[in-house]
Amino acid sequence: MPGKLKVKIVAGRHLPVMDRASDLTDAFVEVKFGNMTFKTDVYHKSLNPQWNSEWFKFEVDDEDLQDEPLQITVLDHDTYSANDAIGKVYIDIDPLLYSEAATVISGWFPIYDTIHGIRGEINVVVKVDLFNDLNRFRQSSCGVKFFCTTSIPKCYRAVIIHGFVEELVVNEDPEYQWIDRIRTPRASNEARQRLISLMSGELQRKIGLKVLEMRGNAVVGYLQCFDLEGESGLVVRAIGTACTLDKLSSTAAFLPACNSPSKEMKESPLVHPPSHGCRSTHNSPIHTATGSRLTQNFSVSVPTLIYTGMGSGSAGKEGGPFKALLRQQTQSALEQREFPFFTLTAFPPGFLVHVGGVVSARSVKLLDRIHNPDEPETRDAWWAEIRQEIKSHAKALGCHAVVGYSESTSICEEVCILSASGTAAVLNPRFLQDGTVEGCLEQRQEENLPAGCGFCHIPYDELNMPFPAHLTYCYSCRKQKVPDVLFTTIDLPTDATVIGKGCLIQARLCRLKKKAQAEANATAISNLLPFMEYEVHTQLMNKLKLKGMNALFGLRIQITVGENMLMGLASATGVYLTALPTPGGIQIAGKTPNDGSYEQHISHMQKKINDTIAKNKELYEINPPEIPEEIIGSPIPEPRQRSRLLRSQSESSDEVIELDLSHGKKDAFVLEIDDTDAMEDVHSLLTDVPPPSGFYSCNTEIMPGINNWTSEIQMFTSVRVSRLSNINLTNQTLNKNFNDLCENLLKSLYFKLRSMIPCCLCHVNFTVSLPEDELIQVTVTAVAITFDKHQAVQTTKTHVEKSLQRASTDNEELLQFPLELCTDSLGPHPFSPAKEHLESASSNSGIPAAQRATSIDYSSFADRCNSWIELIKLKAQTIRRGSIKTTVSVEKASPLTEGHFRQRSAPACANSTVGVVKMTPLSFIPGAKITKYLGIINMFFIRETTSLREEGGVSGFLHAFIAEVFAMVRAHVAALGGNAVVSYIMKQCVFMENPNKNQAQCLINVSGDAVIFVRESELEIMSTQQPIASCQPACGGGEIAT
Amino acid sequence: MTNELDIFVGNTTLIDEDVYRLWLDGYSVSDAVGLRVRSGILEQTGATAGVLQSDTMDHYRTFHMLERLLHTPPKLLHQLVFQIPPSRQALLIERYYAFDEAFVREVLGKKLSKGTKKDLDDISTKTGVTLKSCRRQFDNFKRVFKVVEEMRGSLAGNIQQHFLLSDRLARDYAAVVFFANNRFETGKKKLQYLTFGDLAFCAELMIQNWTPGAVDSQVDDMDVDLDKEFLQDLKELKVLVADKDLLDLHKSLVCTALRGKLSVFPEMEANFKNLSRGLVNIASKLTHTKDVRDLFVDLVEKFIEPCRSDRWPLNDVRLFLNQYSASVHSLDGFRHQALWDRYMVTLRSCLLRMYHD
Repeated sequence: MPGKLKVKIVAGRHLPVMDRASDLTDAFVEVKFGNMTFKTDVYHKSLNPQWNSEWFKFEVDDEDLQDEPLQITVLDHDTYSANDAIGKVYIDIDPLLYSEAATVISGWFPIYDTIHGIRGEINVVVKVDLFNDLNRFRQSSCGVKFFCTTSIPKCYRAVIIHGFVEELVVNEDPEYQWIDRIRTPRASNEARQRLISLMSGELQRKIGLKVLEMRGNAVVGYLQCFDLEGESGLVVRAIGTACTLDKLSSTAAFLPACNSPSKEMKESPLVHPPSHGCRSTHNSPIHTATGSRLTQNFSVSVPTLIYTGMGSGSAGKEGGPFKALLRQQTQSALEQREFPFFTLTAFPPGFLVHVGGVVSARSVKLLDRIHNPDEPETRDAWWAEIRQEIKSHAKALGCHAVVGYSESTSICEEVCILSASGTAAVLNPRFLQDGTVEGCLEQRQEENLPAGCGFCHIPYDELNMPFPAHLTYCYSCRKQKVPDVLFTTIDLPTDATVIGKGCLIQARLCRLKKKAQAEANATAISNLLPFMEYEVHTQLMNKLKLKGMNALFGLRIQITVGENMLMGLASATGVYLTALPTPGGIQIAGKTPNDGSYEQHISHMQKKINDTIAKNKELYEINPPEIPEEIIGSPIPEPRQRSRLLRSQSESSDEVIELDLSHGKKDAFVLEIDDTDAMEDVHSLLTDVPPPSGFYSCNTEIMPGINNWTSEIQMFTSVRVSRLSNINLTNQTLNKNFNDLCENLLKSLYFKLRSMIPCCLCHVNFTVSLPEDELIQVTVTAVAITFDKHQAVQTTKTHVEKSLQRASTDNEELLQFPLELCTDSLGPHPFSPAKEHLESASSNSGIPAAQRATSIDYSSFADRCNSWIELIKLKAQTIRRGSIKTTVSVEKASPLTEGHFRQRSAPACANSTVGVVKMTPLSFIPGAKITKYLGIINMFFIRETTSLREEGGVSGFLHAFIAEVFAMVRAHVAALGGNAVVSYIMKQCVFMENPNKNQAQCLINVSGDAVIFVRESELEIMSTQQPIASCQPACGGGEIAT
Repeated sequence: MTNELDIFVGNTTLIDEDVYRLWLDGYSVSDAVGLRVRSGILEQTGATAGVLQSDTMDHYRTFHMLERLLHTPPKLLHQLVFQIPPSRQALLIERYYAFDEAFVREVLGKKLSKGTKKDLDDISTKTGVTLKSCRRQFDNFKRVFKVVEEMRGSLAGNIQQHFLLSDRLARDYAAVVFFANNRFETGKKKLQYLTFGDLAFCAELMIQNWTPGAVDSQVDDMDVDLDKEFLQDLKELKVLVADKDLLDLHKSLVCTALRGKLSVFPEMEANFKNLSRGLVNIASKLTHTKDVRDLFVDLVEKFIEPCRSDRWPLNDVRLFLNQYSASVHSLDGFRHQALWDRYMVTLRSCLLRMYHD
C-alpha cells in the first residue's frame, strides 16, 4: 500500500437542468478509483450545488496510481427511476507522482458527456501521499518524469542522454466487442475512453520502468499514439528518449547559454573505418529492403528512400588521436544500444556533430485480430523490423545514430502502413555516458571554433559514398566537404548560420489505386509507395530550388492510405544555410527540340521559373552569398557562371568523377518535360502562392531568420473535409484538388490571422486522412506568433555582419593550416590572394564590431533579448581577438539596452490576466521563461451525436468539440497550477459521419506539457535586484527568449 | 470539390468586430459576404471570395455558439469553453445588448409579450432593421425585463450586475424596462418627434423621484413601478387650479417676476391659466392607469403644443417653469410644498428636454 489518494468534491456550477418540472437538478457525485467508489450526498434542487464533501481516501498500490485515472461522475438523483448521468471528469493523477511537479490538483473541471459535450463544471481537490517503496522488483515507475517537448526542457540540464525507449500495449477495442450491440453509445464511448486512459497509464508506467533500468530519471520527446485497428483491436504505443536530467537552480540556468558561443563543438571529421559505411545496395537513391513474411501476417516491406544532400565525404586528414578516441567512445556507447535513436529535434550545444540526412522506412502490413492482448509480440516485431531498417540506413550514411526520430501509422480497413523516419547523425559522446562529461568539456573549450557549420559536414566517406552525390567544400570553414542540399527531420540547430528567412515547403501528391482485398491490396500499395516517395522527394527538391534555398529542416512525410487512393504530404522548412553552396536554378529541357512553338513555350516557362526564383530570393531576403566571397576570396577556384542555370558545377577537380557517377541519372535540377504529366508538375510548382506580406510560415519550432518575437501567440486547429466529385477521377485532377485544398487552407489561415501581422505561423503541422471513399480530411495545428518588424530588419543585418565576421575568423584559422589547404585540393595559386584579403579582413574585423556596438546605442532594436545573444557572441569573438576597445563599447551598451527592454515589456505584463492558459505546439513561450514543468497532459476524448443537424451540421459539431477539448486541456493545466501547455500536439482527430442517420462521431487525442511560465518583464525585475555587472545576467535574459 | 466541413478553432477565440456587427444586424452569411466584398477587404488582403465565405461562416458559427452564453453574460465570464480576453468579452456583451434607435422607438412602452413579437415583421419593414435583429433586440428587452422585474435595489444597478453592461447602456435598459412596465404611450404621431434619448431622460428622472425607491430603498419593485401613494397624494395639488384665488395669486406672482424677462410675456399671461390647469390636471389624474399611459401625450398636448404654437423660445419656457414651480412656495394657503416639488422638479426637467422640434 504505498500510496494514499485523497479526493474532495467541493462544488458544481452551471449544471444542466435535469428535472423539467422544477427546472433544477438534484446532483450528487461518484468518485471512483480502481474498484473503489465513494459518493457525495445529494444536493437538492440546485444548478450550483455546494457538496463540500469530506476527503475520500483511496489506499492503493503505486502501480495502480500510475495506470488508473481518477473517475468522477456527476449524476442527477431520481427517487423513482434510475439516476441520470450528467457527465464525467477523468483526472490523470500522474503529475502528482513525482516530487518536482504539481503537489495538488485543484480547480474547476468541465463535466464532460460523450453525447452532450460539456455540461457545467465541478470543483475538485486531489492529493496524493506517497510512501517510499523499497521493493526492488516493483512494477511501478513513479518518479520518472515525462515530457512531450522534443528538446531538453528549459529548466533542466541533461546529464546523460541514454537513448531510445519504446513500448506498446494492445487490447480489444470496446467499440467492436459483441457487447457493443446491446449497450448505449454513451456506455460504449465511456468504456473506450476509460480503456485508452488505462492503457496509456500502463504504457507510461512500463516505459518508466525501462528508463529506471537505464538509470535515467526522465523521458523527453515522449510521443504516444493510438492505432485504431478496428476489428483487430486497439494498439497504444509510445516512443521517447530516456535522459538523466538535473534541475537547474534559477541562476545556474542562465550560465550554459552564456557559454554557448565559446562552447561550440568543432569536431574535425574523422577517418571512418572502411569496415562500416557503405554497402553496394545504397548506391542509388532508392534503397530496397527485402520483404519478409511474418508467421501469421502478410507483410511487405517497402523500398525506402534515403534522402540526404547529394554529397560525398571529405577525407578528413587531421583527425587527431584524441578525436579518434572520442569517436570510438561514441560508437561503443551507442552500439550497446539496440536502437541508437533519439526522438529529440533540438539538442544541447555540441551534441550534434554531423548530420547525414533523412532516413526513413515503411512497411505495409495486413492486420489480424490480436488474439492475446498480453502478447503484443506481432506488433512489436513489426516495429522492430522497421527500426532495424532505419538503423542500417543510418549506418550506410556513416552515422551511428538517428535523431529527430518518429513513427507513425496509416490504417485503412485491414491494411496498415507503418512508417518511421529520422535523421542520421553523428553525436558527441559526452552526453551519452557517465564520466566523460567533464573531460570532453575541457577539451572542447580549447578548440572553440565559432563556425556553426560542423553539423553540415558529411559524416560518410567521400570515396565510398552511399549514393551519387555532389560535394563542395564548406562555405563557412572551407575545410570540410558538405553536400549541396541537406534534408533533416530536426529543428535548425541554434548555432547554425542561415541567410535570410525560412519558409514552409510542402510536397503534395495523390495516387489512385484500385480497390482490392487483403494481400492484393497490400501488394498494390507497396508497389505504389516507392514511386510516391520518389515524387515527393522530387517535388520537395524542386520547390526548394525555386525558393533559392539549400536545406530542409523538420521534414515530415506522411503517406495516408484510403480505399481507392494514396496520399502523400511532406512538410518541411526550407532555409539557406551559409555553409552549403548556393543552389543552382531549375532548367527545363524539352523532349522535342525541333518544334518551334514548343521551344518558345519552354523558354517562356523557363523565364517564369527564373523570375520566381529571383522573386523568392528577394522575399526571403536571400542575398548575401556573394559578399563574403568577394571579401575573403574563395580558396577554391570554381566555374560559377553556369551554375545558375544548370546544376551547380563541380567546384574542385576530384568532383569531375562524381559528375560521372551521377551521369544519366534524372536529377532534381533539370526538369525534363517529356509528357503532359511533367508539364502539370511544372505548372503546379508555380501555383504555390507565397504568403501575403507580413506573414511567414514554417513547420519547425522557430522561424530561421526571425528571433525578435513579441508576446502575442495564437494556437489554433483548423479542419477541412473535402468531397471529391467522383466523375473522371484521375491522378492529375486528384493532385490539383489536393493542392488546392491545402493552398486554400493556408490562405484562409493567413486571412484569419491578418490582425496579427507581422507574424509567423510556427510548427505548422498538417495531417491528412481519408475517412471515406471520396473524402479528404486535412487537419492543421499551428501557432501564430507576432514579431517586431522593425527589429527583424536590423537583425538580418547583424546576421550578415556576423557571417561576415565568421568568415573572416574562419580564414584566420585557415592561416594556421596552410599546408592542409594546399594538399587538400588546390595548390598554391588561389591561396596567396586569399591571404591578402584575409589580412585586410582580419585587420578590419574590429571595426564592424565597434560599429555594431554603437548602433545598439542609438537604435531601439536592441531592446529584445535576442540581441543579447548576438552581443554575447560578438563579445566572445572580440575578446578572442584581444580588442579591448570594442569590448568596452559593448559593455557600455548593456545597461542601456536593458533599460529599453524593461520599458517595452512592461505593458505586455499588464495585459496578462488571471486564468488565461496559453497553448502552443512550441517548447517555449515567447517573451517568457518557463519556471516549472508540472507534468504531462495526455487526453483522449470521444464525442458522438445523434442530432447532427441540430448541432449545426458537421462543422458545428466538430467546432464545438474541438473548442471543448481545448477547454478541458486548459482546465486540467489550471488545476495543476499551470498557466500554459507547451509542446501541445493533436495526435489524432478521427472524424466519422453519417448524415443520413443524422449521426457523427469524433475521437481526439491531444498531449503536451503543463508548465508555469513567468513573463520576462517580471523576471527582469528579479534579476536587476541582483548586483551583477558582467554579461551573465544579461545572458540569462537572452536564454529566456530562445 | 466541395468543402463538407471547414472549421477554425483558436485557443483564444477570434472575434472579428466587423463580422460581429453584420451578424448582429441580422444579415445572412451570403449577404454578409457580399457586404464584406463591397467593403474592399479582398483588395486589401488579397484574399479570395472563397476564403471570405469560409471566414464568415466560421465567425457566424462561433457567434451562434456564444449567443447562448450572451443571454446570461455572467456565464460568459465563467465558462471555460471559449477563452476570450476580458476586453473582448465586454465588447461582445455591449454590442449584443446594444439596440437601434429606430427599433426601440417602435417598441418603447409596449407590452413585451408574444403579441408584440408578432408585430416585429411590421416593425422590421417600417424601420429597415432586419427581422432577425429585431427579434434579438426584442428578446434582449424581454430577458432583461424578466430578470429585473421583481428585484430589489436600483433598477440600473441590477441590470448592470446581471448583464454586465456599461453604465450608459444599463441606464438605457432601465428606461426600456420602466416604459414597458408602465406601458407609457410613445407611439402616437405627435410623440414621434421625441427621441429615445428624450424619453430615457424622462424615465430616469421619474425612476429617481416618482417610484417607491425614491423614498425607501428596501421595497420590492422599487424602481419599476410608480409610487402609488405619491400618485394618490398628487390629487391634493388640484387646489392650485380649483381654488380661484389661489390660481390668481399664483398667476400674479409669476407675472410679476417675469415681466420684462420673457419675449412671449403677453402670450404667457394670456395662457397662464390654461397651462397651469393642464399641468395640475395631469398630476391629479395619475391615479388612473389609463392616464399614466397617456402621460407623455398629455404633456405634449397640454403644455408643449400650446407653447410651441406661440413660438416660445426654450429659454422662456425654462424661465417660466422655474418661476411657475418656485412661486408656489409663496402661496400661503397651499400646504403641499414637498409634494409639489417632487412632482414639479421632475416634470420641469422632462418638459424642458421634450421641448424641441
